[in-house]
Amino acid sequence: MNYIAENRIKECMPNKILVIFAHPLLERSRINRSIIRKYQGHANVKFHDLYELYPDFNIDIEFEKESVSDNDILILHHPFYWYSCPPLLKQWLDMVLEVGWAYGPDGNALEGKTMMQVITSGGPKLAYSHEGGNKFTIREFLRPFEQTAALCKMKYLPPFVIHGTHRISNIDLADHANQLAGLIGYLSLKDLNDADLSDYQYFNDFLIERRPV
Amino acid sequence: MSSDFLVRAIVFIGAAIVFVPIARKFGLSSVLGYLFAGIVIGPYVLGLVGGEGSDIMHAAEFGVVMMLFLIGLELDPNKFWEMRKAITGMGALQMIGTSILLFTVFSFAGLNWQTSLAIALAFAMSSTAIVLQTLKEKHLIHTSAGESSFSVLLFQDIAVIPILAFLPLLETQGTKSSDIAGNSIIAGQPAFVQIIIIILAVILILLAGRYLAVPFLRFISRTGLRELFTASSLFIVVGVAALMQLVGLSSALGTFIAGVVLANSEFKHELESDIDPFKSLLLGLFFVSVGATINFELIAKEPVFIISISLLVILLKFSVLFGIGKFFKLSNDQNFLFSFGLCQVGEFAFVLLSFSNQINIIDQELNSKLMAIVAITMTITPLLLLINEKFIDPIFGTKELEEEQLADEIEIKRKVIIAGFGHFGSTIGRLLRANKIESTILDNDSDRVELLRKMGFKVYYGDATRLDLLKAAGADEAYLLIAAIDSPEVNLELMKTVKRNFPDLKIMARARNRYDAYELLDLGVSHIYRETLYTAVNLAVDALTQLGFRKYTARRQGLKFIKFDELALRKLADSRHNLKEYILNVREEIEMQEQILQNDLQLNMDTSESTWDGTKVAEELSKS
Repeated sequence: MNYIAENRIKECMPNKILVIFAHPLLERSRINRSIIRKYQGHANVKFHDLYELYPDFNIDIEFEKESVSDNDILILHHPFYWYSCPPLLKQWLDMVLEVGWAYGPDGNALEGKTMMQVITSGGPKLAYSHEGGNKFTIREFLRPFEQTAALCKMKYLPPFVIHGTHRISNIDLADHANQLAGLIGYLSLKDLNDADLSDYQYFNDFLIERRPV
Repeated sequence: MSSDFLVRAIVFIGAAIVFVPIARKFGLSSVLGYLFAGIVIGPYVLGLVGGEGSDIMHAAEFGVVMMLFLIGLELDPNKFWEMRKAITGMGALQMIGTSILLFTVFSFAGLNWQTSLAIALAFAMSSTAIVLQTLKEKHLIHTSAGESSFSVLLFQDIAVIPILAFLPLLETQGTKSSDIAGNSIIAGQPAFVQIIIIILAVILILLAGRYLAVPFLRFISRTGLRELFTASSLFIVVGVAALMQLVGLSSALGTFIAGVVLANSEFKHELESDIDPFKSLLLGLFFVSVGATINFELIAKEPVFIISISLLVILLKFSVLFGIGKFFKLSNDQNFLFSFGLCQVGEFAFVLLSFSNQINIIDQELNSKLMAIVAITMTITPLLLLINEKFIDPIFGTKELEEEQLADEIEIKRKVIIAGFGHFGSTIGRLLRANKIESTILDNDSDRVELLRKMGFKVYYGDATRLDLLKAAGADEAYLLIAAIDSPEVNLELMKTVKRNFPDLKIMARARNRYDAYELLDLGVSHIYRETLYTAVNLAVDALTQLGFRKYTARRQGLKFIKFDELALRKLADSRHNLKEYILNVREEIEMQEQILQNDLQLNMDTSESTWDGTKVAEELSKS
C-alpha cells in the first residue's frame, strides 16, 4: 500500500530541473537577459549563473555535485562560441563530472538523469547545414556533449536552439521566450520518454508541432 | 535681553514642538503643523500672541532667503540640463496655464487686475515640501510621475525669484511703500543707470563667489574650527542679502545666484548642512507667524465661500496638470498620481501672499481668507492621494511596474558615496570612474580636496561622520556607501552613524585588520575589506610561484585561503566577547587553519588527479 502511495506522489511531483547557465557577457546579450527570466518563479527549477558565482573560475565542486544529484534534469544554457560552449562551462564539466562519481566503473551518480542544452547562436539556421557556411549541423557540433551525457549514463534530449540572435525583433524575442517557458512546463510535468523526441533535430520543432491550434 | 523676548520665544518654539510632531503623526506635512501651532497661539484661540505676529513674520522671512540660497546650491547644472525639456516644458506650461486660468476667474469675481494677478501667481505654486516628501516615502521618485513632479516643482522654485522681483511693479498708486526701494542706491536714478547697477551687482556676486568666497572658505576650513565655518556660511548669506538690499534688489535673487555660484565648489555639502538648520527653523517660525496672523473672524463669517473657493482652485489646478500629463504622454495611472500630487497650493504661496500684503496689493481681509484657502488645499492633499491610491489606481492597475520591459531595461543610476579619499578611497574612486560611475566623495583634508578637484574629481570638503553632512551628500537616496577613511576609529564612528540613521543604505567598509573587522561585524556590516588580507595573500601567491608552483595552482590556493579566512572571521567574531574563549579559539583557529591548508593542498592534488590528466582516471578505468 505504502509503496503504491509513494509512487503516486512521485508521479505527481514535477521533475526537478537544474539550469547551468554560462554567459561571459550577459549585459550585452539582449536575448539571454530576456529569456532567462522564464526560469524564475518555478519551485522546481534551480538556476546557477556560473559567471556570477565563479568569476575567478574557482568552482565549488562539492556544492555543484550536490546540486546535480538533487535534480532530475540538467540544462546547459549557453551561447554558441566557436562551435562550443564558453570556457567556464567547460571548466564546470571538467571539475564537477569527476571520475568514480559521474563516470567510470563506480560512477553512477547521474544514471537515469536527463541532460539537454539551450543554445543561442548568432548565425542563421541555414548556415548550419552541409551546404551552409559552417558545413556541419548544430547536432554534429554538439556530439561531444551528447557523448558526455552518454558516458555519464544520462539521456540526451535534442537541444533548444535560437538562431540569428544578432538581428532578432522584439516580437520574435517574445515568441522564443514563450517557447522556452513551454519547454520548462513540458520538462517539469511530463514523464519524459526520449523515444518520442529522438526524431527531432531541435526541441523547438517538437514544441511547434505539439502546439494546440 | 528682555524677559518679554524670552516669553515670546517660549510661546513660538513651544507651540511648534507640540504641534509639528502631532501633524507628522497624522501623516501631514510639517508645514501644516507649524501653521496650526500659529493658529492656536494666535489671537483667536489662546491669544498668547497678538499683533507682534506680523513683526516676527518679517524677521522669519529671512528663512525664505536662506531657502533660495539652498535651492541655488542644490541646482545641479548637469541634472538641470538633462531634464531641461521637462522643466521648461511641463514647468512653464503649468505655471502659465494655471496663472492665466486663475487670473481670469479672479478678475471675473470682481477683483482688480493687480490683485488677481498676484493671487493667480501665488496659487500656481505647489508644495515642494509635501510632494517631494510623499514621493520619497512611497519610493515613487523614479517613476515618470515622480520625475515630472520634480521638474514642475523645480520650475516653480526658480520662478519665485522673478515673481518676487516683479510684484512691486504691481503696486497700486498712492501706497508707494518706502522701505522696499526707498533707501537704496537705485531709487531716484534714471532707468538706464538702474539697469547698469543691477547688472554690476549680479556680476559682483558671481566674481566674489568664485574668487573670494571659495579661497576664504578654504582658509577657514584649515583652521579646523567647525563653528567658525558655520559663522562664515551665515556671513556669506547675510552679506549677499544685505548687499542686494542696499542696491535695491531682491535679497532672494542675490542669495539664489550666490548658491548657484557655490554649487560647483567643494564646500557645497558643508554649506548645505550648515545653513539648513537655520533655514528650517526660520521657515518654521515664518509658518507659525503666518498661522498667528490669520483672521478667523472673517473666515467664520463665510465658511461656505472659503471652502468652495478651495475646491475650485484644486479642480482648476488638477485640470491643467492632467492636460499637461496627457500632452507629455504620461500613462493614465502616472498622470493621476502627478495631477493629484501637485494640485494643492504650496508654502511659497504664503511667502508671495504676505509679500503682496506688505506692499498693499492684497488687503488684510482678503489675505486672511487666501491664507486659509492655501492651508485647506494643503490639508486635503494627503486625503486626495489616499483616494487616488485606494480607488483610482486599481482601475488602471500598476501598469508602469508590471509591463514586462523586454531586454532593454532602463538603467537607474544608483548613487554612490565614498567617505575618505586617501590612497585607499581614491583607488576605489578611480576604478569606479573608469567604469563611468560618478560618486559623491567626502573628505575632510582641505588641501587634498583642493588638489583632487584640480584633477577633476568631484570631492566635497567635510567631516563624513556628521549626520547633516551625510544627508546633504544624499545618503537618504544613495544606494551604496563606501567607508574608506584612513583612521579605523573614525571609520567605525561613521558606520555607527550610518547604521543608526540610514538602515537601508548598503555599506562596504574598509578595515585595517581582523580586530577592526570584528567591530564592524558587531555593528552588522557584512561587506568588510581588510587591508591586511588581500595584498598579503597576493604576495604569498606570488611567493608560491617563485618557489616553483604553477601560477594557476598558486592562485587557486590563494582564493581558497581568502574564502576560508572570511568564514573563520565570522565564526570568531561571535565568540570573542568571552575573552578566555577567544584566546582558546584563536589557538584552535590557527591549528585548524594549518590543518585545512594541509588538507587543501591534498585536496587540490586530488582534484587535479581526478581530471583527465590525473593518474586516478587511469586507475579507475583500468578496473573495467
